[in-house]
Amino acid sequence: MALQDKYAELLQTATTLGVANLASTEQEGVLHVSGTANSTADYDALWALYAKIDPNMASGDLMMNIDIKADAGAQLKVTTDSTNLNIRSTPSTEGEIIGKAAHDEVVTLVEKTDDSWWKIKTADGEEGYAFAQYLSPL
Amino acid sequence: MKLTKLLMVVVVSATMLFVSCKPKDADIKTAVEKALSADPSMSGTTVDVKDGVVTMGGECKDDACKAGCEKIVAGVKGVKSVVNNCTVAAPPPPPPASLTTVLDAVTQQKVKDGLKDIAGVTVEFVGDKAVLKGEVTQANRMKIMQMLASAKVLSDVTGLTDKK
Repeated sequence: MALQDKYAELLQTATTLGVANLASTEQEGVLHVSGTANSTADYDALWALYAKIDPNMASGDLMMNIDIKADAGAQLKVTTDSTNLNIRSTPSTEGEIIGKAAHDEVVTLVEKTDDSWWKIKTADGEEGYAFAQYLSPL
Repeated sequence: MKLTKLLMVVVVSATMLFVSCKPKDADIKTAVEKALSADPSMSGTTVDVKDGVVTMGGECKDDACKAGCEKIVAGVKGVKSVVNNCTVAAPPPPPPASLTTVLDAVTQQKVKDGLKDIAGVTVEFVGDKAVLKGEVTQANRMKIMQMLASAKVLSDVTGLTDKK
């Protein structure tokens, strides 16, 4: 079965949700999908759908490189499990820790440095790089 | 009398010569279509000719194609002017960036950073894949997959088991 068919519901939902720059290509047994979702809710919905179509997401046949629309100045919520999120001087774990953002704290996006590291600013004025995985656009 | 006849012959043949010098619209159309057929990227265009004025329509691949086909048409014999009504096709979206990810040291570090706060999971890099092993909760499994996708890393998570 072609992967486009297997994930047809996901691709259709992405289109319905208005995911920007939606692109999908099948290559070497993996369906690559990319685009920008309008909200964290849309993003979560797409991932939930992925987990539904492919139980445990264990087939390794979908690369869902979807990010969430967030421009500089956007509010981001710190979504660590419970711990503080480190703010570092450079976009790497090598970077010195220059501040911390608490769990559930809301910070401001300065720039999306890359897919993994975003530059943020806290309400206290601390500015540096944090791991994007723990930041959800509001 | 003879001179008048001669003059008439001259006038008539000159007229005929003049007319035959001016290609008919249908001929121009054929010539234009032939000129355009040389370039396959211009295959979507249409041509209409009236009194030597060529009106182009249809779809061009890109702006260069649109300008190029106008130039070709203008160079065809008998064409007085060109009305270029060609539309340019919207460019296709770029292919997903994850197609070309290289599992270099920086990318591997991103994966390790992403797993740092998820206890009990180990990662090995085999070929172009991150191979994960360990016990995870459903929530953390989702987090791991999202992190791998944002790092554009292919994965093998068959070694991840559900935490009871």
